[in-house]
Amino acid sequence: MAIFINETTRIVVQGFTGKIGTFHAQDMINYGSNVVGGITPGKGGQTHLGLPVFNTCKEAVQQAGAEASIIFVPPAFAADSIMEAADAGIKYCVAITDGIPTQDMMTVKNFLRRFPKDQRMILTGPNCAGTISPGRAMLGIMPGHIYLPGNVGIVGRSGTLGYEAADQMKRLGIGVSTSVGIGGDPINGSSHRDILEQFEQDPETKVILMIGEIGGPQEVEAGLYAKEHMTKPVIAYIAGLTAPEGRRMGHAGAIISSAGESAAEKVALLKDLGVVICPTPAMMGDTVAAVLAAM
Amino acid sequence: MDIHEYQAKEILSGYGVKIAEGGLAYSPEDAVQRAREIGGHVWAVKAQIHSGARGKAGGIKICKTHDEVQAAASELLGKRLVTHQTGPAGKVCSRLYIEAGTDIAKELYFCLLVDRSSERIVMVGSAQGGMEIEELALNNPDAITKIYIEPAVGLQDYQAREMAFALGLEAEMLSHAVKTIKGCYRALRDLDVSMLEINPLVVTGNGELVALDAKMGIDDNALFRQLKISELRDKTQEDPREMAAADRGLSYVGLDGDIGCMINGAGLAMATMDMIKLAGGEPANFLDVGGGASAERTEKAFRLVLADKGVKAMLVNIFAGINRCDWIAEGVVQAVRKIDMKVPLIVRLSGTNVEEGRRIIAESGLPIITADTLAEAAEKAVQARNEVVAKEAALEI
Repeated sequence: MAIFINETTRIVVQGFTGKIGTFHAQDMINYGSNVVGGITPGKGGQTHLGLPVFNTCKEAVQQAGAEASIIFVPPAFAADSIMEAADAGIKYCVAITDGIPTQDMMTVKNFLRRFPKDQRMILTGPNCAGTISPGRAMLGIMPGHIYLPGNVGIVGRSGTLGYEAADQMKRLGIGVSTSVGIGGDPINGSSHRDILEQFEQDPETKVILMIGEIGGPQEVEAGLYAKEHMTKPVIAYIAGLTAPEGRRMGHAGAIISSAGESAAEKVALLKDLGVVICPTPAMMGDTVAAVLAAM
Repeated sequence: MDIHEYQAKEILSGYGVKIAEGGLAYSPEDAVQRAREIGGHVWAVKAQIHSGARGKAGGIKICKTHDEVQAAASELLGKRLVTHQTGPAGKVCSRLYIEAGTDIAKELYFCLLVDRSSERIVMVGSAQGGMEIEELALNNPDAITKIYIEPAVGLQDYQAREMAFALGLEAEMLSHAVKTIKGCYRALRDLDVSMLEINPLVVTGNGELVALDAKMGIDDNALFRQLKISELRDKTQEDPREMAAADRGLSYVGLDGDIGCMINGAGLAMATMDMIKLAGGEPANFLDVGGGASAERTEKAFRLVLADKGVKAMLVNIFAGINRCDWIAEGVVQAVRKIDMKVPLIVRLSGTNVEEGRRIIAESGLPIITADTLAEAAEKAVQARNEVVAKEAALEI
């Protein structure tokens, strides 16, 4: 099962023929993802990496049956590409692009809300490493070989910290059902809570590791959801214990700007909500192992 | 990116917001000249630094004579002002804004900002202005009104009216208030402003609504399409190390500890700093070298971290995904050979081609301490730092 993508998901790449798009499209194909083509406006009809190039997302959906897309379009044009995908009927979209203006993301989110829920594209990212269902499909830029297939769902803001978690788990022989990067921007396609909702419904996922950080309300909202609606255990690590207030720590969204947004406060709130806290980033694998062992 | 009060006011004035007459001064003589041009009998001499709460820090002086203006300007120019927003290092004032004194009848609070929870612009107002909104939110949350704006249609007149009434404005001021509030909103939308705070927004003795202060933050991600705003950047208000890093395409935040860090990815960087703290140390910086840590980039990052003379040990933690550990190891070895490194270096590599990376470091013959796991890396870094400090102490004796 896994969530969002599997070996049959028909994938297209937006920004296909660019340098970055080409590199990662090839990497995804090598991993076994079912990439069926790509979109670069003006290059429709050409062949790239042995696959068809389309002018528009609509053509990719109509002619190649595209279901999922990944976006490598530069920040100034990325919001437009996301909306194009949603309008074309793409069901799941990952936006890798870092640096999209916040107001553009406000427009995107508002645009997506116009669709009835059953026809609404799910967006994860931007500014993320993508999504992987190990052994089945990769829709992202992560090193696929560090993930073992298994029963733990991972959701996180950071790319490399997610790799660290997968690596710690692999060393202990623990595998991943799906790992979803929601990205480091203040306004993103899906929140921690949205992804928990998906994992709760996935029969293959037994526990979820949520990797959060300072800034914004999403980790605590996810904790509230877990307490009220989830049967599966949620484990959380929150990065940024040493981050000073009011300073942006790399990610556009990683900034403590109001009460409840520091790592210590988030940890305290999550603990109260019954979320299992992973005390240090070196213990993500061990904490998951302990929770699995107790089930 | 933050801009100064005088810049924000100039922008707002173009959007129909009323401001007091004022002018910029770089010297006490300038300041007096501005006061003469403005005329009147009362002037405010205001330090232009990127921070709120300047009044409390002594950055705003009310003057009644030209001599007082000159004295206030002499005192403020070059002065380091410390507020709770600047941190203990404070910010140096190198520009002054001289403003006509305003006859204040009432102080209000008004702000527009991006609300992450609702993913909308929220308008925040209170009839109790002048004090900090955080304080007000804590002591009297009912005195704060929040109005959320639907992004597709923008701010509507009825919402501006609702805010005007919440601010306790008289009926005869209504149309002026709506114009002011809508002007602020248009500025925010046009210029990719992420936060605009007017505190205080004042009602004057003759019933006008005037923005007495203005704080504006611009979305860094949007600067590529806000070229005029980008030109307003005042580099003297930013940490020189952070500016140098930004110029080199690196993301750096200077901190107070003494263990330098170079890590790829913002989340892993924060997590590594957490590990240093848990192991009993304090990080000197946050530094994300990004995905493609080339040899050139690695060297730049090393120079940046080591430019901080307080650094007693340096920790490199790279999880190679797209790039490869052997490339990174070569970059590190090259950087260490080029830079005369005086502090211990701890390197932890993980991910693609890790064995090859470790071999390159081991065979380099350089005194690099290696670690396999995150915990081990942090412990070794703290241990190396403690040894350096102990040695320094022994030398002093």
